[in-house]
Amino acid sequence: MKIPVTTIRLPTRPAREYESRFDREQSLLKMLAIPITSVAIASMITALPIFTEEPLLPPLGLLMFLSWRLMRPGLLPVWSGVPFGLMDDVFSGQPFGSAGLLWSLAILSIEIIDARAIWRDHIQDWLIAAVLIAGVLLGGLWIAGMAHAAPDPAVLIPQIILSILLYPLAVRICARLDSWRLAT
Amino acid sequence: MAPPKHRRPGFSRKAQYGLFVTYVVAIAGTMVAALLLAISVADPAGFSALRAAGAEITAPVARMFSNVRRSAQNMNATAAAYINAASQNAALQKQAKANRKKLIEAQALRVENARLRGLLKLSEDGESQVAVGRLISSTSSSTRRVATLSIGRNFGVERAQPVRGPSGLIGRVIETGPTTARILLVTDAENLVPVMRASDGLPAFSAGLGNGTVLIKPLNLGESPFKVGDVIVTSGNGGLYPPNIPFARVIKKTSDGALAIPYADPGNTPYAVVIRPYQGEARAAQQAVAPDGETKEVAE
Repeated sequence: MKIPVTTIRLPTRPAREYESRFDREQSLLKMLAIPITSVAIASMITALPIFTEEPLLPPLGLLMFLSWRLMRPGLLPVWSGVPFGLMDDVFSGQPFGSAGLLWSLAILSIEIIDARAIWRDHIQDWLIAAVLIAGVLLGGLWIAGMAHAAPDPAVLIPQIILSILLYPLAVRICARLDSWRLAT
Repeated sequence: MAPPKHRRPGFSRKAQYGLFVTYVVAIAGTMVAALLLAISVADPAGFSALRAAGAEITAPVARMFSNVRRSAQNMNATAAAYINAASQNAALQKQAKANRKKLIEAQALRVENARLRGLLKLSEDGESQVAVGRLISSTSSSTRRVATLSIGRNFGVERAQPVRGPSGLIGRVIETGPTTARILLVTDAENLVPVMRASDGLPAFSAGLGNGTVLIKPLNLGESPFKVGDVIVTSGNGGLYPPNIPFARVIKKTSDGALAIPYADPGNTPYAVVIRPYQGEARAAQQAVAPDGETKEVAE
């Protein structure tokens, strides 16, 4: 039996078209879950079968964390470096507590910078992130050296450069996730 | 971007206290993290349960990607074999002819070796295998060179068991979980391996440099006796790694030793074999007296 074309109608979705978009309720779950999940997943990427001869994979969890903090100030609370860092420690292979301490110090130093340099542009944020990435990676090497034998700091140079160059991409990803987060 | 409003709470006491509390929590949290760090530095195996749990959570995804990766590599190899068939055939025939003579020599040596062992009444259990797994991930963003193995306690993998691949020594097990184990690779700065030169048995130690190479240091002092291209194998000293596992190839001579590249590339090894420690009982007796990493300086 042939159905006439006129009888087939797509279901319309009036909610988006006719409802007012002013003063709309946002999903609290989405607003909170997206930044947390994105940092967590970025921290877990090191568990994929990626094999490098020297530390080369950028600390993606740290990149996402710094991008959220610098791109959207006030979203992540000041204390959030500790839980995010401890989660990163579970996967990174560093001594447990190393990222918890270093990420927390990083976010506290951003807080101090926020009080001094109030109006900043993207390049300045990139510079701050670059200093913090280098600091956290070198600090991680120093901490790993306290617990175990550690290699020469020169092995970190490629990883630091790669991480600094990847920061703008991390900000882009955060910005996309942020616009999705804030859409109803 | 303009600073958000929460930094200036205005005259509201509640907002002021709220802001103050976040700072107190942040400082306290940092101190807690520092404390956890101090604990894990004092006892590196302390939080191994937590790390094992993390590895277990991510293992299914890692296994899936590892399978995908392996099938892609197999496909590549198959396609390449078709393309190179004729030239490869010729090269392999030439190689087979050259190997035949060496094989006969090796057989003669094996017979002679068995006879000499019999004369010396030397009993030596060979390399006994515990289980075979695959490397499914590595800490590629940390300065520690640790890989995750796809099998764990469910296959009888225990701490301090050596792990080798088809091409050479990979490392040793440092932590085990129910279905995963963590392996300290030979390229980690902490992994010291007793080795020797394959040609003359010159004893040496290997220490990882954390950048994919290892530093070979001979036990005797003086100028470095190594040459580029020397083959290094494990020596079996210390009773952990069995002897004669292919280890590394010297690529550069340094003033007091040599730089070498391990034969086993963790990213390209099809499987990893967990083996029993060589001379396990002797090692257990030694560990009871002075465990690894806990040896105290002898006081006068």
